[in-house]
Parts: sequence; structure tokens; C-alpha cells
Amino acid sequence: MKEYRTISRVAGPLVFVKKTEPVAYADMVKVMLPDGSVKNGQVLDTSDEVVIVQVFEGTSGIDLNTRVKFLNQPIKLGVSEELLGRIFSGSGRPVDNGPEVVADKMLDITGAAINPYSRANPSDFIQTGISTIDAMNTLVRGQKLPIFSASGLPHNEIALQIARQARVVGKESSFAIVFAAMGITSEEARRFIDDFEQTGALERSVVFMNLASDPAVERLLTPQLALTAAEYLAFEKDMHVLVILTDMTTYCESLREIGSAREEIPGRRGYPGYMYTTLAGIYERAGMVKGKKGSITQLPILTMVGDDRTHPIPDLTGYITEGQIELSRDLHRRNVYPPINVLPSLSRLMNLGIGREKTREDHKQLSDQLYAFYAEGLDLRGLVAIVGEESLSERDRRLLKLAAEFDDKFVRQGRNEERSIGETLDIGWRLLSAIPEAELSRIHPDLRKKYYGKC
Amino acid sequence: MKKGVVYRVAGPVAIAELDARMYDVVHVGDERLLGEVIQINGSRCTIQIYEDTTGLKPGAPVVNTGEPLSVELGPGMLSSIYDGIQRPLPELKKLMGDFILRGAAAPGLDRSRKWDFKPVVKKGDKVSSGSVIGEVNEGQVVHRVMVPPGNEGVVKEVRHGSFRVDEVVCVLDNGFELSLMHKWPVRKPRPTSSKLAPVEPLVTGLRVIDALFPIAKGGVAAIPGPFGSGKTITQQSLAKWCDADIIVYVGCGERGNEMTEVLTEFPELIDPRSGKPLLNRMVLIANTSNMPVAAREASIYCGMTMAEYYRDMGYNVAMMADSTSRWAEAMREISSRLEELPGEEGYPAYLSARLAEFYERSGRYVNINGSQGSVSVIGAVSPAGGDFSEPVTQGTLRVVKVFWALDAKLAQRRHFPAINWLNSYSLYLDALSSWFAANVVAGWREAVDSVMRILQEEEKLLEIVQLVGSDALPEREQVTIQVARLVREVVLQQNAFHEVDTYSEPKKTYAMIKAILRYGDLSYDALKSGVRVSDIISVRAKDRLAEVKFVRDYDGLLKGILGDIEAEFGKLGKRQEK
Repeated sequence: MKEYRTISRVAGPLVFVKKTEPVAYADMVKVMLPDGSVKNGQVLDTSDEVVIVQVFEGTSGIDLNTRVKFLNQPIKLGVSEELLGRIFSGSGRPVDNGPEVVADKMLDITGAAINPYSRANPSDFIQTGISTIDAMNTLVRGQKLPIFSASGLPHNEIALQIARQARVVGKESSFAIVFAAMGITSEEARRFIDDFEQTGALERSVVFMNLASDPAVERLLTPQLALTAAEYLAFEKDMHVLVILTDMTTYCESLREIGSAREEIPGRRGYPGYMYTTLAGIYERAGMVKGKKGSITQLPILTMVGDDRTHPIPDLTGYITEGQIELSRDLHRRNVYPPINVLPSLSRLMNLGIGREKTREDHKQLSDQLYAFYAEGLDLRGLVAIVGEESLSERDRRLLKLAAEFDDKFVRQGRNEERSIGETLDIGWRLLSAIPEAELSRIHPDLRKKYYGKC
Repeated sequence: MKKGVVYRVAGPVAIAELDARMYDVVHVGDERLLGEVIQINGSRCTIQIYEDTTGLKPGAPVVNTGEPLSVELGPGMLSSIYDGIQRPLPELKKLMGDFILRGAAAPGLDRSRKWDFKPVVKKGDKVSSGSVIGEVNEGQVVHRVMVPPGNEGVVKEVRHGSFRVDEVVCVLDNGFELSLMHKWPVRKPRPTSSKLAPVEPLVTGLRVIDALFPIAKGGVAAIPGPFGSGKTITQQSLAKWCDADIIVYVGCGERGNEMTEVLTEFPELIDPRSGKPLLNRMVLIANTSNMPVAAREASIYCGMTMAEYYRDMGYNVAMMADSTSRWAEAMREISSRLEELPGEEGYPAYLSARLAEFYERSGRYVNINGSQGSVSVIGAVSPAGGDFSEPVTQGTLRVVKVFWALDAKLAQRRHFPAINWLNSYSLYLDALSSWFAANVVAGWREAVDSVMRILQEEEKLLEIVQLVGSDALPEREQVTIQVARLVREVVLQQNAFHEVDTYSEPKKTYAMIKAILRYGDLSYDALKSGVRVSDIISVRAKDRLAEVKFVRDYDGLLKGILGDIEAEFGKLGKRQEK
């Protein structure tokens, strides 16, 4: 393989190489510095005149004498079951002092789109033990359900609690976990690893770790590597895989960095116009395939800039994922854990995973009723601030109380409290017992007869 | 065929030294990736490539087919599922397995299947553009085989019997050979004779749409809404129950799991009118968000061309596009790769022209063969940040006649379909009134207007309630708020997942509206005769009106409830007299 010493320009994370033989788009590149160190890169743009390479480990130290080698193949990850229990850097090097992984096969990390015709319809209810998720925004196997959080909120703890408690009722096999950290602090990373170690989850986990101090461009590889590992475990080794991606916001910022270094015309808030496609390429690598036993369930975490859900990152994410779990600063301030605001939260696949034989026959209607009352109750909170509680009707006062009880009894739970779906639904019925039975218009009379006042 | 070489590759766009015309289809590289010429600059052409370009090198060969991007039109399209460039997905699965790899060619129509062809012309007949030469049964749909537009002549020979789609079934005196299929370029509208005014509604079975914001056959509607407001559910509901003959459903840049839901659910659904599976009258196009962006751009045109083809046979076709924003974003992505100067929010300056061009292909027409058909388009729009002032929503609003504004707040309350009754509109309301009067009930428009009035009044009253509380309202207005609540909960809310409630025929919708209006009238009368408002509001039987939604033979139940309501008011009146 030829080496070139024809670097003509270095700008931000990009290196421009001239006078090469034809180089293929998206190929892997080795950049060899005069001091002997080697960096990895990928071809972003290729033509007869100039090849643009993005360097994952940053461009510091690169000069015009640096040698560049094109490996004539796309970036690949060596996979085997030995990945389990290991910790890797954001670009896939082992960082746990363990040996190199002996690869079963090498997989292209970009992954291919699952043929929609080959997908199996996700329908297995995952019990997370968290009431606000299980009852109101049910997670099912093969779903991608992001947590919309903001700085200072306990999204990592919620993700850990889900990773600890998630299981499919009636089925023994627990989830394998693929954890991809992008630009999180070493303290946060430590928490995850410690928790995995303590609960013994580490031996069924694969960890890819790009910390805040690591090169920003390396982050662009991390989710691709993690999902390649997940696809291997799920579709070739029949495992049920839970993928946690945190934090998607820093990933998108790296994407923006590359875009601006290439002098691309920016889209909204400076993010590149192709960000939807790029994010879709990540999130859509969740799901189930007909005839295969395994599945990939994704739990991406993103921090909303300025708590704004219309910011491009949560916005585009919400258009791709199957719902979202949104955290609320207000609940957090009132010391409610987990501070999940059910109103803007949503699980699009909920209806596939609940009901008779899956959870309970009353699940859907109970959750709709709680939604309707809680929304009304919160509106009344605003009204009370203006007119005072005295001028409310009796019904309104009941709803106001229900909303408060909902926060306190239904939303609030312990960090290690694992509620079964039955317990969760019973709590819901207990809250509703404060409302006259006839007013439960969302619930069928037969179900009311069976459950109202009996839980 | 002209050949050239690749000069540059960046993402889904390549530049090649090639002699080509705009929109020529080319094969790029050794894997023969499918692409389309979208810009010409001297001897260099810019090509958008419909497949992943990883591994493509400068110097790779390019072959120009000399033809624009086309779809194959003929029997076998119905109940098929295609990607954005009409490759059948089941076929791709056979060729490549569960993941979509590159360089696979699969024709849109099955070449091995045989169809029974019954000619309707005979030797010596004169035929011209669009003339029907014979029929094929495509499931329950009569597929009319037509002379491709632009050809005419005298029939020299016509065969009947069993044929594959590419076998010759008819020869004209000028030597032109006709088979069951022909090709048509997707970006070129199929010709028509004249456009007609819309007169008949596309009955959807959704109460809020049929009653308040109806769409005409041949009309265009936009459903904008932030994520999670129920665009896809509404689109699917319309695809299932609207009374079009043929449905073309385009999943453009949407979720894989959602398409799977469509694929697993639709084959099980039975058309209430024909008693046959709904899928038999449907063409599905699924180009999910992670499939190549250029194919996403093309998918909308493929769908439209197929819709026009069935329109030419004299059918009423409804095309659902979910979502047109993804299509616009694909245009933006390609445009930015071309380094074009951007317009608003990075979208290309020609965005609104393209949107208008596309929607203009809809309508009710006299076809070139004299039959009448229509294409109705229902386009979902996914405005960034839920902000309706963004360019795609605005560009769409300029051309559509019906606007169903989805509202996240309603969705959060589980009010579905979350169509906001104050922001939405339909410009077909007047044009369709006479159809409803003639075919459903004479008092239709009057009832609809009353409902709209009540809802608008409620909005004003709620603003006052926000300031002073509901007890401070005058008694008459308190009753109005009750009536409006019933309208919202009983008429507007509809459960797409309930087997009965998912489809509400206009007659039933009317009966439900009338019942609520009756309760309103009784309330106002009682108020006048001095009954206390708290007694009126606590009339119990009215809350049972919601049960009517879930019952197929609702007549008896509705009469019973109305009887009970009248009885309760009767009692209130008597107590008052005492």
C-alpha cells in the first residue's frame, strides 16, 4: 500500500491530501506522524485532485511531513463473543488492560439498513420497574426510546435503573448491554462502570468509552462501533441487547464541528443539513428481524440545550425514534425521583406491548384516563394561582388533588424500587378511587366494575 | 450507451466526466449503483446516487442509460411493497438477506407471473393515447391495459390468453407493440384531457374530518404536526378507511418499525365495502429514514406516477405521503452537497416551486381516454420544532385546500385524532355541502355549522374561565361549555384502535351531532323555564352518549339514551313547576 507525504492543508479535524492514486469514499486511513505515533481517519471527500480525511484523534502534531496511508477498506470492527465484559475506547481500542479481542469476523461499522420487509413487529413488553414508563410510556423489545433530559437532571441514574431492572416478564434471559459513552465526564463514566461491576452486569456488557477529554471527532465512530457490536450479538448470537447511547448532544456537536471545518452550508443552529439522515442511520439500527431470536432496544440519552425540546437535536431525534421519555426540572426541584414528565413523554409502540396476556386488560384505558385527568389537574394548578382554590368546582378540586397524588405516589419511587406492572396499575386505580366512578369516561364500565375501588 | 468516469465522490453525490442529459439515469462503479444526473457543468455531471457510496473511487466507470428515472406500470403493483425506486422489498430480501446491500437490481413488476388478458379492442379498431385495449383482473381490481400516452394507430393484431407483463399482446399497424406494462418517467406528469372541479368528498370515516374539515376526491390536504401528535396514525387510519378505489401509501423517510406495523397490520384488515383484504387495493412504498437519501427524494414521485396510472384507468386514487418534510429535507441535503446557495433555513430556493408542482399533479380529471378519475393527496408535514412558520409548512399551505393542524397539547391529553378544530380549515366545505345534503341527510351543513359555532364560543369562554373561574360565568354560558365538552369527547375524539369506533360513517356522525345538539336545546329551554344550571349539568344520561361510538348498530342505543335525557329533563321541568 502506498504512503503519501502530500498533505497540503490541515484545518481543524481535517487533513487535505493531494496527488493520490484513486482513493475510495469512506475508506479507513492511517496517519503516521514524524514522532512515530499513528492516528486513524476516514475519507470524507475524494477526487482526482484532493482527498479530505477526517482524523479521529485530532490533528495536533500533524505537519506537512506526516505520512498518510489509505487502507483500501472501510472501517471495520472485529467481533466475537469475547467482546462481552470488555471496555473499549471510543474508537474501539481495549482500555481495560485486557488482551486484543480475537475476532470471529470483521464487520463494516456503517451497517446496512434493515429491509423493512424483514423487520418483525416489536411486541414484547419490557418491564423496567418504573411506573411512569411501564404504565404510561411502555417500552417494548426492539424499540428506540430516548430520554430527553437536560443538564443537572438524573438521566444517568434512570438509565442505570432501567439497565438493572429491565426484563421481559416470564422470560429468564436478561439483556446484554452495549454502552456507548460520548463526551461524558470521567466521573459519570465511573458511575456507570462501578454500577455495572457491582451488579455483575459488566460480564454481559460491552462498553465503548469516549470521555469529555478524548478527541471530539472520535465520538463520531463510537455509536457506529457500539451498534455494530449490538447487531452481531443480537442477530448472530441470538441475544437481546439493550443499547445505551449517552450523550447524543455531544455527538451532534462533533458532527457540527466537522461540517464547519468542511465549510459546509449550515442548517438550523449551525448543524449540518444531513443530520437527520445521520441520526436516522444510528437510531434505525434498533429493532427485530423476522426469524432471528435476538433484538436491539435502544435507549439514547440527550441533554436538551436550554431545556428546549424544539432545539434541532431533540427535534430530529423525536421524529426518528418511537417516542421519548422527557424529564422535568420542575419535578426534580420538588425532589421527585424519577422526574419523568409523562405529558410530553410518549411511547409509539406502547399499544403493541400491552393489554390482555401481555400486561393487563385495563392497562390502555387506565393510562388514558390518568393522562386526561393529570393534564386537566396541571391546567388547574395554573388557574389556582390566579383565582384561588375556593372558586374551583368540586370536580376541579378533586382533579387538583389527584395531580398532586400522582406526582407523589405514582411518579415518585425509590432508586432501587422495582414495581411489577400489576403493582403499578393498582397504584393507578387507587389514585382514581378519589374520583366518582361515573366520571371515568375513558374506562369501559365493565373494567370499572372489576377494578374500581378494589385495588 | 455513453460511458464516463467518476471524478469526485462525497456522500450520496458524485461528479463524473460524462456526456448526459439532465435527469438521465446512470450506473456508477463496478457495483452498478443507480444514480441520476442532477447538474451539468461543462463536461462534468453531478450525479445523486440512490445507494450507499462507501468504497466508490475516482476513476470508476459510469454508464449512462440515456433514460430518465422511470417506473414500470402494469398489473402486479397492487399489494406490492417497494423501496423508493420501485424495487420490490421481498425481492431484495431474497437477493440480499435481511439487510439492504448495494447494487441489486430487481424489476418493479414480476416477470414470471402470468395474467389473463381479455382484449376489448379488435383488429381494425383505431386506438390512441390512453385507449383501453383490454383488461386484466388484478385481485379485485379490474386493471385496464392502456396504450402508453403519445402512441396511436390501428390495431393490426390482438391476442388473448395468459401473458407475462412483458409479452406482446397487441400490435398496431405502425409496428408498435403493446404489452401489459409500460414505463413512465416519474418526474413527468401523465397527460390528461381537462381538470374538473371537486364535487364529491373523500369519505374518511373520521368524524372530525368528514364533518368539519372534509377533503374532496381529487383534493389536497396537509397534516402538519410536531412529533408525537399522531400524524402517522391519522394517515394510516385514512389509508385504511377512506373510500378511494386505490391507495398509494408512501412512507418517505419514516421509521422502520412503523412500516413494519403497516406491513403486518394491513394484510389482516378487511375493506368494509368489498369484504376483501385492504391490501388488495394498495401500493406500499417504504423508504425508511436510514435508506439512501436520494431514493427518499424519488419515492414521492414514484408514488405519484403510480397514482396517476390508476387514475387513467378511471379510478379514484388517494395518495398518502408520510412525510413530505423528509422529502424536502432530502432535497435540502442534495442541494447543500451541490453547494447551491440556500434559501430559507438552508432549503433550496426552488423548494416551494417543487412542492407546488407535486401537489398540482393531484386533482379530478377527464383522462385522455375520456374516463374520469382523481388523485387525492394527503401529505404529512413534520415542521421542525412544531413551528408552522417554517418553509415546508408554509410552502405546502400555499397550495393545499385542506389543513388539518395537529396539536401536541391535544395529543398529550390523549385527545385523538389531535386535529385542532380552531386552526384547521377546509376550503371544500361549500363545494361538498350539496353532496352531503343529497347523499347523507339534508340538515348536514346546518348541523356542522352549529358544531363549529359551539366550539368557537367555547374557546372564547375558556379564556374568561382562565381569568375568573368557571363559577363566575353566566348560566347560559356554563351550559354551552357542557355542550362543547360533549362535542369534543363524543364527536371529535375517536379511537383508531377500537374495531367499531375506527370507522364512523357520515350517517352515524350526523346522528351523534344531532343528539348532542338536542341535549343543548333541551338545556337552554330548561334554563329559560328556571331550572338551575347545576341540575342541567348533572343530567346523567348525556354522559352515556359516548357509548354510541363503540356500537355498530347504534340506532336503538342512541334512541334509548335520547329518551332518557328527555325523561330527565321532563322530571326537572316538573320539579320546577312545583
